[in-house]
Parts: sequence; C-alpha cells; structure tokens
Amino acid sequence: MTETFEMICIVCPRGCRLKAERTADGIAVTGNKCPRGAKFAEEEIVAPKRSFTGTVRSVFPEMPVVPVRTAGEVPKDKVKEVALLTRDVLLTRAYGVGEVAVDNVCGTGVDLIVTADMRKVIGS
Amino acid sequence: MRYAAIVIGGGPAGMAAACAVKESEKVLIIEREARLGGILKQCVHDGFGVIRFGEKLSGPEYADRFIDEVYSRKNIDVRTLTFVTDIEKRNGYFVVTTTSGKGIVSYEGENLILANGCRERTARQVNIHGTRPAGLMTAGTAQNLVNLMGIMPAKRCVILGSGDIGLIMARRLTLEGAEVVGVYEAKATPSGLQRNLQQCLYDFGIPVSLKKTVTLVHGRDRVEGVTVSDVDDDMRPISGTEEYIPCDALIVSVGLIPENELAENLGVPIDPRTKGPVVDQYMMTAVDGVYSVGNALHVHDLVDYVSEVAETAGKDVGRRKSRASIEVTQKGFAYLVPQRIDAANVEKETTFYFRASHDTERAKLTVTINGKTAVTKKYSMLKPPEAVRVKLALPVKAGDDVKFVLEDDDDGNV
Ligand SMILES: Cc1cc2nc3c(=O)[nH]c(=O)nc-3n(C[C@H](O)[C@H](O)[C@H](O)COP(=O)(O)OP(=O)(O)OC[C@H]3O[C@@H](n4cnc5c(N)ncnc54)[C@H](O)[C@@H]3O)c2cc1C
Ligand code: SF4
Repeated sequence: MTETFEMICIVCPRGCRLKAERTADGIAVTGNKCPRGAKFAEEEIVAPKRSFTGTVRSVFPEMPVVPVRTAGEVPKDKVKEVALLTRDVLLTRAYGVGEVAVDNVCGTGVDLIVTADMRKVIGS
Repeated sequence: MRYAAIVIGGGPAGMAAACAVKESEKVLIIEREARLGGILKQCVHDGFGVIRFGEKLSGPEYADRFIDEVYSRKNIDVRTLTFVTDIEKRNGYFVVTTTSGKGIVSYEGENLILANGCRERTARQVNIHGTRPAGLMTAGTAQNLVNLMGIMPAKRCVILGSGDIGLIMARRLTLEGAEVVGVYEAKATPSGLQRNLQQCLYDFGIPVSLKKTVTLVHGRDRVEGVTVSDVDDDMRPISGTEEYIPCDALIVSVGLIPENELAENLGVPIDPRTKGPVVDQYMMTAVDGVYSVGNALHVHDLVDYVSEVAETAGKDVGRRKSRASIEVTQKGFAYLVPQRIDAANVEKETTFYFRASHDTERAKLTVTINGKTAVTKKYSMLKPPEAVRVKLALPVKAGDDVKFVLEDDDDGNV
C-alpha cells in the first residue's frame, strides 16, 4: 500500500512543496531542493516537531514581557502545553540572551531560553 | 564635526550599514526609539538569521548581535530617542535636524544612509466601511501590544489580509489563548510565505478564505463583529454574499510600504513599483551621497538580506568619486532592484532582487546589453510574495542599453 502526503517544508524560507510516498520499503520524498527537506518530510510523517516562540512576564516595568523560545524543536503536540506554561512564568532578575528560563520545558528535554538581553533595557 | 555618514534608523538595516563603514570614518546612527533593533524588537518568532548565521534566531536575538557590534565600534556614535525632522542638502554635505530630550540639534554628514524602514498599510487604505472602534488594528500594532507590552488585544478575532505579519500573529494569538476565526484574503492567492501558511495557520486549523474581504466593521466603541463578502476579479464586493462574524477585534495585515517621506523631501526619485527610491548597485539614490537601505528601499522577505544590502551601502561610503549610472529597462517584473547600474564601478558580479508579477510555473530571465543576450536564467515556481535574489556577471559600460525581461517559459526545461 502506498500512502501519499503533501506538505510545505518549513526548514528554510524557500518553503519547498514536498510530496512524500510511504510504502513498506520506507518514505520517498520529492520536491525538496535540499536534503534537509527529505528529513523534514520523514519526521513530519512519523513524529512532527516545531519550535515554540513567545513571551514570559517579568517584574520590570521597562520590559513587562520578555521574548523566549525553545532551544530546539519539541513534539508538535506539545507546543500548546508549552504555550500554556509560559503564561505562568515570571522573571525576577535580568536575563541575558540564551539564558534558560525554564529547563526541560514540559518534560520535552528541551530548555526554554530568553532571546533578548534584558540587561540592556533594564535600568537604562 | 562632520560625520562621514549619518544613518537614519537604528533597525537591522541601519546597524549593518553603520558597521560596514570603514573604521577610520565617523558614523552617526539616529534612532527615534529608546533602543536599537527596529521592528525586530517585537518579532519574537524565529526564522531570522538562517542564511547569515545558519541558525534560526528570534528577531531580538538577531538584533542583539548587531547591537553589540555597534556599541563595540569606536567610530560609531548613537543617538536614541532622537527623531529626524528635516534634512537639508548643502554644497557637498547634509544637515540633519533632530528633536529629542536635548531639544533641537543639527548634525552634519557627508553622506546619508536612509534606513528608516517601512510602515503598514492600514484599514483606511483598504475599503472598509463603518466606525473605527477599539479592536480595529494593524497586525504590527497587535504584535507590539502582545510582544512588547504584554497586552492581549483580542479574545476572538478576524484577520484581514494574508500578509506574513498577520499569519505570525494568528499563531501567536492562538497560543496565547485567543480564538482566530479565520484569515480573509481578497486576492486569489495568499500573500504570505508558504512556510508561514503551514506553520501558523494549517498547524492550528485556522482557515484561509480567498477572494473574500471585510466590508463592514460593526460596533461603536469596541468591535462587535464584521461583515465579510465575496469579491469579484476586480476585488469589488459581490452583494448578496455578506456573512456576519461576531468578534472583538479585526486585525489588518494588508502589506508594507517603504517609508519615503525623508527621501522625497530630498528630491530623491521614487520607483512606483517598489514605492522606495531608485538606486544603483551600491544602494545610492539618484541624489549623490544619499543611500537607501532595508525596508525603506523595498520590502524584503528576509532580514538576512536586509543586512547584506545595507552592508553594500556602508562599504561604499567614502570609496568612489566618479559615477556613470544608467537606467535598466525592465519588463515582466513586479519590481527589480537595483533599477540603475553605476557603469563606472561594475564589479565581477552584481546582485539583483526581483519579484515576479504573477505566479508562474516556469519563467525565463533574459538580460541583454545593447540588444545582445548577456545572461539567461530559468526559474521554476515563481510567486510574487517570494523575492528572488540573483547574482549576475554583467560587463556593463557607460552608455550601454541594458534590458531585463522576465517571461513565462513555454519550452519547459528547467
Ligand atoms: C510590523 C512589522 C513586522 C514585521 N515582521 C517581520 C518578520 O516577522 N520577519 C521579517 O523577516 N520581516 C518582518 N518585517 C519586515 C522587517 O521590517 C524587516 O525584516 C527588517 O526589520 C527591516 O529592517 P529595517 O532596518 O529596514 O527597518 P526597521 O526594523 O523598521 O527599522 C527602522 C528604524 O528606523 C527608525 N526611524 C524611522 N523613522 C525615523 C526618523 N524620522 N528618525 C529617527 N528614526 C527613525 C525606526 O524607529 C526603526 O527603529 C516586519 C515589518 C513590520 C513593519
Ligand atoms: S527542502 Fe531544503 S531548500 Fe527547500 S524549504 Fe526545505 S530546507 Fe529549504
């Protein structure tokens, strides 16, 4: 039996339109302009992943919310859970870029990191 | 003191331009906001820097790398919370007048780099009737509220227009707990990037309706709902197709336009296609000493290229004396930048950016110099929302007739 999937590669901004066919022998991908697209399609069929980006709150009035992202990708179905959790995070000191706000977020093994340098904003 | 260059705007374009100027030359960056970074400060999503750094950074992270670079340079002065109100061209230099907490201050510079970004088209520029209640805002305003101020502007919203910022905000608002009823686009194809349609809408089951627009906003003080209608091929609403959707916000994402008031005041010719200045391959406008970079020049898809283009201008400051610019004739494009070539200073390769005028399966780019074909290139799947960057070896000399033609390619082989 052959199953076919169509999707857009989100790995890079080119956004190639991918076609994947799954047979007993494995997954064959076409439409990708580079090898990363094939890997993306396979993952997308077997275990899709996404990164999460958003904000958390801080106690500093100069920067009431602070941008964060997952340091890598998390399972796609965990993204909403991560988003829900970020609403309850409050930063009480000035973090730098890349500092961990929540480690192992929602048990994904991936950290939630701060993506702005709060020290440049607070007290300036 | 006279600066070698005054950069107006401290976004990614302004910062990259300033850092690319030779360290022996003094540069001034003037920024109206409290911090450098421009619009990237509010773009908390990732996807920035894939080309330049090989990493998927968020907007603030991408900006931070340039901010550190700017402040480490001894030849760069920065004035924040300073707004440029007027620019005057004198004999061989420019006088830039600013207002800030210090009052009115003027600065002198030999060159000007206009890096003041773009603005969003508003609901006023699309034809929506009704009052202007709270809850009617552009996608950029919604982004600013949510990502910089921490204010949620909607519980249940409709998005008009399928521009990228609207798509990004659809995902952001959904993850923050709002309901996004749908995205309505008057054109027959979405205007955002394919990847944003996938990861911002399809991932969350948010529907996109094409050939539909918002025709009426309901509510006096606060948006209570909108009426959407089908549109015909000329984008006119078709009566009898109206549908009422209750919502507390309408978020408008109908495109960006270069900010070119300062350029126009200097007498810089504007390209009606890009809505930004006409420039040569060094991003110099037709007014000697005035460069235009970033989204003030044309709206870029990727900030990585904003930085690259701005660096070309920065490197050029104080380098060349003689110029021989020729206009490039262009056919079949939505736009092509640069629109001129300085034939006195042609390098081995010249970088061009263009957008196709329509969706094409297969297209052919032909460049002729004095009627002789210099370059041909084939493309598959061109879409106007996705700008194409191409480096071409064009041995152009002063007085040459250079033509760029983009046409559908019927013989097929790509
Ligand atoms: C709301 C919005 C959201 C966007 N989101 C994305 C995105 O998600 N991804 C993406 O790749 N691109 C996005 N863009 C496009 C984005 O603008 C570019 O990628 C990039 O930020 C352009 O850089 P820039 O330096 O040209 O402009 P900007 O980042 O806009 O910087 C211009 C700077 O000039 C300053 N300025 C303007 N006028 C004056 C004046 N008179 N005096 C002093 N200073 C002045 C402004 O305050 C600003 O800091 C977005 C654009 C907008 C408007
Ligand atoms: S297949 Fe490669 S080139 Fe195409 S979008 Fe994916 S990563 Fe980019």
